[in-house]
Amino acid sequence: MSVLIFVDQLDGHIKKASHEALTYGAKIAEQIGETAEAVVLGNTNEDLASLGQHGVKKVHHVQAEGLNQFDSQVYTKVLVQVAEQTGAKVIIFSNNSSGKALAPRVAVRLKAGLVAGATALPDTSNGFVVRKNVFSGKAIANVAIKSEIKVISLNVNAFTISQGEGTAEVVPFNATVDTAKTNVTGTSKTSGKVALTEADIVVSAGRGLKGPENWGMVEELADTLGAALACSRPVADAHWRPHNEHVGQTGIAVAPNLYIAIGISGAIQHLAGVNRSKTIVVINKDAEAPFFKAADYGIVGDAFDVVPKLTAAVQKLKGK
Amino acid sequence: MKILVCISKTPDTTAKIAFTDNNTKFAEAGVQWIINPYDEWYALVRAIELKEADPSTVIHLVTVGGTDAEPIIRKALALGGDEAIRINTQPLESYQVAAEIAAVAKDYDLILVGKETIDYNGGAVGGMLAELLDLPFVANATNFQLAGTTATIKREIEGGEETIECPLPVVVSCQKGVAEARIPNMRGIMAARTKPLKVVEPAATEPLTEYRKFQLPPAKAGVKLVSPDNVDELVRLLHEEARAI
Ligand SMILES: Cc1cc2nc3c(=O)[nH]c(=O)nc-3n(C[C@H](O)[C@H](O)[C@H](O)COP(=O)(O)OP(=O)(O)OC[C@H]3O[C@@H](n4cnc5c(N)ncnc54)[C@H](O)[C@@H]3O)c2cc1C
Ligand SMILES: Nc1ncnc2c1ncn2[C@@H]1O[C@H](COP(=O)(O)O)[C@@H](O)[C@H]1O
Repeated sequence: MSVLIFVDQLDGHIKKASHEALTYGAKIAEQIGETAEAVVLGNTNEDLASLGQHGVKKVHHVQAEGLNQFDSQVYTKVLVQVAEQTGAKVIIFSNNSSGKALAPRVAVRLKAGLVAGATALPDTSNGFVVRKNVFSGKAIANVAIKSEIKVISLNVNAFTISQGEGTAEVVPFNATVDTAKTNVTGTSKTSGKVALTEADIVVSAGRGLKGPENWGMVEELADTLGAALACSRPVADAHWRPHNEHVGQTGIAVAPNLYIAIGISGAIQHLAGVNRSKTIVVINKDAEAPFFKAADYGIVGDAFDVVPKLTAAVQKLKGK
Repeated sequence: MKILVCISKTPDTTAKIAFTDNNTKFAEAGVQWIINPYDEWYALVRAIELKEADPSTVIHLVTVGGTDAEPIIRKALALGGDEAIRINTQPLESYQVAAEIAAVAKDYDLILVGKETIDYNGGAVGGMLAELLDLPFVANATNFQLAGTTATIKREIEGGEETIECPLPVVVSCQKGVAEARIPNMRGIMAARTKPLKVVEPAATEPLTEYRKFQLPPAKAGVKLVSPDNVDELVRLLHEEARAI
């Protein structure tokens, strides 16, 4: 019997979110007295044995031409075969672009209950209860999974990666692989240098910046911090910034270690997408801006004055 | 071409979030209900755009909910849509919703859902529905184009977008980018009164999960303000106290 963790790749590299999921799955295995095993689909550039560092004992590697591009139907069939053969009791995904398509499908196929967007280890003292955010981070729910097999997708950035000693045994897995009905015809990278949903630090700006021509100083701050860029909805609606930078209730939800909000008022719909950030810094010239209530640190001041100073101060810290 | 759009009802985005019954139930008193924004702004509006491009298109709406979901499904009909189905049960979780919809969703060319409901944030109904119907599924679509019976769909991936070609039928979960914003017009609201709204009894699916208890997140300690003339101090705090940089 196992706790099976799906390892997600981009261009043959394991995503950071999967390292979180591996750590999380290994902890659950320890908690319920099972072994943690991982599954990797398609070609990889990584040393899979090293995943043992997170506590997984075995890595099932399924290789087939048809697995080198993502298709949720094809992947699901393969994952179900691995889950059945390893007697998986709990199956872990990241709640990211792949996990959002796979976890619901795999759950249905295995008649398993799903908690999407878990934020903590399950409580197994009375049933199997998983904690997740609801109402866009405005509340927390404890959800019991009642089925024999359990599927969990773990929120990105919700669980700290731990790395110890250990090597996993890598075993090839022979699976029946269908032909996909979908065909990936292209991928494009978005504007920022760092992926928004994977970023540790996000620098975000709003209508207080007055116009797209003023984003230079925001980009400079983001570059200095190695941060991803984000914006409020009106900024994306006015095409000052691309729509994939829009965070909030109707945009992307992010939960970085550090979220810096510049010239954003902090409307409830904006907060809904960013309130899971560990530390929030607000820069706004209006001391009454609602965002300050949700912030850990703040500067009441003019962005055009504060942001360049902040960039310089960070550069100083980093000794550049 | 037949499109099914899945419509859910959620509290208004500004609703106060509180719980009753020993924190086991969402406190509904005084709450305004709206069509889940992803369902309305992106899934439904894209369906309407497709019908404008090809008037022979038929749009059906479906909601799983009690009579309290009627104003919501009526409003969705007013926005667009030819007829609606209400599956008469109070759903407790995503799997139940998906299983109920799967029972009535047998012959559609395109099934559109929202990226997630803004209350329970599952984002699971679309994928579950696709698996139950054995159809391809594209999650978090940011663009949807149709040429004949082939869809070209963009979806969000980490740090970028992927373009996918897919034959119909397909299930797509929609988010920002899929459709242009629009405002409902009064004529539609009048016409919606005469559009058929069919009520069907549920297939009685057993839920696989159970919401046991809710809690509010721990309150923030309060903001620490730093003077704009002392930005170095902010950086020091972020480095030493918050360990964020
Ligand atoms: C259903 C629904 C969903 C929504 N979803 C989202 C969403 O997902 N994301 C989102 O962001 N919004 C969303 N909104 C919109 C939201 O309600 C707000 O209108 C929006 O977030 C405001 O954006 P803003 O803070 O950039 O602009 P404003 O509210 O105009 O705020 C600008 C801020 O900049 C400050 N400022 C001005 N000049 C300066 C300066 N020189 N230096 C420093 N500060 C300055 C001002 O004091 C002000 O606080 C949604 C709304 C609805 C109804
Ligand atoms: N009760 C419901 N009735 C109809 N469609 C629903 C219902 N609940 C969810 N959906 C659809 O499924 C999507 C994802 O919901 P969820 O998985 O609950 O986050 C929503 O955006 C809707 O399109």
